[in-house]
Amino acid sequence: MIYFEKVSKIYAQDAVALDNVSFTVSPGELVSIVGHSGAGKTTILKMILAEEKPSSGNVFYESLDIHTLDRKELIRLRRRIGVIFQDFRLLPNKTAYENITFAMEAAGRSDEEISSDAPHVLDLVGLSDKLWNFPHELSGGEKQRVAIARAIINQPEVLIADEPTGNLDPVNIHEVTQILKKVNDLGTTVILTTHNKEVVGALGKRVITLEGGRIVRDDKSGKYAL
Amino acid sequence: MVNTTDLRRIVKAGFLDFSRNVFTSLASVLIFTITLSVIAGVLLGGAALDTALRELKDKVDINVYIEEDVPESDIMNLRERIAALPGVREVSYVSREEAFFEFKQSKANDYLVLQSLEELGFNPLLAELNIKASDPSQYERIASSIEEDFGLSATGESLINKINYRDNQAAIDRLAKFISLSERVGVALSTLFIFIAVAVAFNTITLVIFTSRDEIGVMRLVGAGNEYIRGPFVVAGLFYGLIASVITVVLFYPLTKWVSVSTENFYGGIDLYTHYVSNFFEISAVVFVSGALLGVVSSALAVRRYLKL
Repeated sequence: MIYFEKVSKIYAQDAVALDNVSFTVSPGELVSIVGHSGAGKTTILKMILAEEKPSSGNVFYESLDIHTLDRKELIRLRRRIGVIFQDFRLLPNKTAYENITFAMEAAGRSDEEISSDAPHVLDLVGLSDKLWNFPHELSGGEKQRVAIARAIINQPEVLIADEPTGNLDPVNIHEVTQILKKVNDLGTTVILTTHNKEVVGALGKRVITLEGGRIVRDDKSGKYAL
Repeated sequence: MVNTTDLRRIVKAGFLDFSRNVFTSLASVLIFTITLSVIAGVLLGGAALDTALRELKDKVDINVYIEEDVPESDIMNLRERIAALPGVREVSYVSREEAFFEFKQSKANDYLVLQSLEELGFNPLLAELNIKASDPSQYERIASSIEEDFGLSATGESLINKINYRDNQAAIDRLAKFISLSERVGVALSTLFIFIAVAVAFNTITLVIFTSRDEIGVMRLVGAGNEYIRGPFVVAGLFYGLIASVITVVLFYPLTKWVSVSTENFYGGIDLYTHYVSNFFEISAVVFVSGALLGVVSSALAVRRYLKL
């Protein structure tokens, strides 16, 4: 489904983010990418979203070479991918409900679909009672659950999560991990980066370990090995 | 392409952005009000300067004094020929009797002059043609044409005793230069003021949208199209412009009234308040169109730099 082919990203001579990285993610997989800060984890995610271009090599989404897509094709591709960030990145002037419906409106969903699906997804992430709260009125865990709801509302084929538990307390880490597992169980491919051993252990799925921009391990049912 | 549903959602989102960012919206409306006030002020100031300069131009004229024994038919003929010269706006005829009467009227309180005239026993004044040019810079050419071409009657007798242009030439030239300079300075200052005001408004919007750059990044990542991202900002910009326009046109009622009352003692030009009220729809149209354009264009341009995929 997603294929990295000899991808390197070099910002400067002594700043190599990725060095000749190749791997494949199959449909329905849950992949954790682990590594120290600066190992290249976020760069991989940014390349899937075409936020970064490789210095060499190619990134494919099915048969599409992501970095050759034009503006409209890229917008269409991004609608097939849900994204979660460590810092949540919710729209500050929209309520929890509006943050979610914005993604639906952007994808061209009808008013009827929005009013039937949005409360359902908020219920799935356990936020039915916070529909009309603004992000600054929510806790970190609640914000992340809104972000997850926003990411999955359009039933994406892939969910990308950049350090989704980085700003959360242990209770919320556990809850977010369970939600990610549930999303994957429902058939969505999940790729996440993390520093957290417990998250990797709890997921019990494939782990790619990066060091200095290179893949040093790729275990089918791995654990945090750094 | 934006359909009706998208448009409704964009307008709603723009309105919500506007109403939820109260401080930013108020600051933007304030800056827009200042900008539109400068534009309206330049319009009114331009009208005031125009009237003042027109009145000043009207005060400048040259007189052609006619020889004593020239028949009135020849004078009328001369008047027509002068009126036909390019650059001549108006030629009025003052007969010897009228000139004498007006002179006596103007010296009604000067006993010495009146007594001298009585002792003189005859009318010493000459008939005259009073010439007003469309522009003060034309007097030199008009005076030369009269001197060179119209000095003699058909029978070869001298018609013109004197043209007073040469006496007043330096003053007229200075005035012509002053008027021309005032007009140019007026245009330059108006352009400069409007440019500065528009630049400030543009920068305000750029700053407002700069604070939303992360938000725009998130919108891009959830797959929103450019129109869908840009739309609410443009709608909010339109709101800034329209609300500032309403404030400006309302504000100019008391403002022009106050200026008119404060300046009526030393400025004899137009009454700004009356001018504003009688041209209200034209000035409002300029203010509203400027406000709307400023809001829409500045927002669209400011968002553009963050839409790069």
